[in-house]
Amino acid sequence: MHRVAIVGVAQTKFAAEKIDQNYAELAYEVVDSLFNQLGIGHSDIDNIVTASSDFWDGRTISSMAVQDAVGAWLKSETKVSSDGTLAVLYGMMRILSGSFGTTLVLAHSKSSEGNQTMLGNAVFDPIYQRQLGFDLVAAGAMQARAYLEKYNLTEADLAEVVVKNLGNATYNPNAQRAMSITVEDALKSNLVADPLRELDIAPNSDGACVLLLAREDLVSKFTDKPVWLTGVGHYQDNYYLGDRDLTTSKSLEKAAAKAYSMAGIINPRKELNVVELYDTFSHQELMWSELLGLAERGRGIDLIRSGVTKLGGELPVNPSGGVLGAHAMFVAGLVRVAEAALQLRGEAGAYQVEGASKALAHGTVGPCGQTHCVWILSNEK
Amino acid sequence: MSTPKEKPLYISIKTDLPYAYSAGRPLSRFLVALRDEAKILASRCNQCSYVLVPPRAFCTQCHKLTPELVEVGPRGTLETFSVINFPFIDPFTGLERPVPYGYGIIKLDGCDNLLPHFLDISDHTKLAIGQRVEAVFEEKENRTTALTDIKHFRVLI
Ligand SMILES: [Zn+2]
Repeated sequence: MHRVAIVGVAQTKFAAEKIDQNYAELAYEVVDSLFNQLGIGHSDIDNIVTASSDFWDGRTISSMAVQDAVGAWLKSETKVSSDGTLAVLYGMMRILSGSFGTTLVLAHSKSSEGNQTMLGNAVFDPIYQRQLGFDLVAAGAMQARAYLEKYNLTEADLAEVVVKNLGNATYNPNAQRAMSITVEDALKSNLVADPLRELDIAPNSDGACVLLLAREDLVSKFTDKPVWLTGVGHYQDNYYLGDRDLTTSKSLEKAAAKAYSMAGIINPRKELNVVELYDTFSHQELMWSELLGLAERGRGIDLIRSGVTKLGGELPVNPSGGVLGAHAMFVAGLVRVAEAALQLRGEAGAYQVEGASKALAHGTVGPCGQTHCVWILSNEK
Repeated sequence: MSTPKEKPLYISIKTDLPYAYSAGRPLSRFLVALRDEAKILASRCNQCSYVLVPPRAFCTQCHKLTPELVEVGPRGTLETFSVINFPFIDPFTGLERPVPYGYGIIKLDGCDNLLPHFLDISDHTKLAIGQRVEAVFEEKENRTTALTDIKHFRVLI
């Protein structure tokens, strides 16, 4: 089987409201930046996979807004209505099918253009859940309480995640929310849906991200610093919230096991150098770390307390600040992959993890993490 | 010619797209039983015995059809909860729901899965995971053939 590598990435700065750009302009900014970076043009792209949501964008096929911007005329463009990590999977599969040599993968989203609470409510089933007014934040809060109670953790433990990630975000010029604060400060932020406070919840962001995938025989045409996709796992759990144990995620455990096995990773805690997680809420960094096998169940907090996952620690988690620093729906997972790739290319600037050669990037979608996609990336083939 | 000083415009569109979603047969029976009899029905799998609320046409555990409906609840155990402090526009009424209000996830007696629903938070001190709760139904004349015909769950003393 052919190997596939990421040969270039670009992302926008993330902000609460990017009124200066419509969807096409947002997409064009990153595609143009990528093309300039690689010295290529529209004719070098074989096919395009995008990620966005019809409901979020308020049009029947959301990718139509960006098709010209990604250079999709007289080419094959297709979309996943899900997180960007799944667009990478789809893009890789299109190369592995033998039909294409390169895939441009783009995700775009603007939370400023719709009502996020109502859109979050529309995620739920119209017949038996929407009437209750659930949205993603309310669901996340109930997961947080169940998780904290099960493992005897406190809101102060969640605040430690906030302090680490918002602190990391101060080094990331693309982050929307960056703060140098203490646990006490974090515990003073507004209680939104208890036990979650404003700073425990990812901000709503506008932005876009793009990357270019290439088949191994074409890689050298684009870059001398390819980042290889060496493992991937994608699983989902039941849709209905009441059908799942919210304190765990079997789909994430399975996705991790699959990705590790494909990449030949036996001890992720020792073998990985950097991790970028999709944590919409502070408690999810702890939960996802545990389910990825980086800590015992309920002991994800020890990774933070002992400094293992801080910037400069043994295994930095979310050195970019993660999703608590910027959260453009469906884009945020692709940004995790892009950030992991930047780390492996030594291009992560002030939050570079020295000598990183193996990275994990994680994406999720659906209330409380229904669907998970785990990627292992390496700068060695 | 435009200058960088010109402020970009927003083009506002309020999309009102009506849909009528089929509830399917098991869920229709569930909603009618809530409305007419204040009973909570669940599907029970003949193959693996798994009981699901609201009822489904097929089992989420073994993928077999589940023609049998059984009555569950109205009491249960609180698995988790949250007190919501942010305003929410009710998509069905267009009105902003007063805050704070409670959500709970409840394991109804006789059920294998969980039911997320409103939680009465008037006695805040009694909210705890593991607390016994009970469904409170809307007055019969106020029922609308919806899951909200259960008004909320209240804590049992
Ligand atoms: Zn069954």
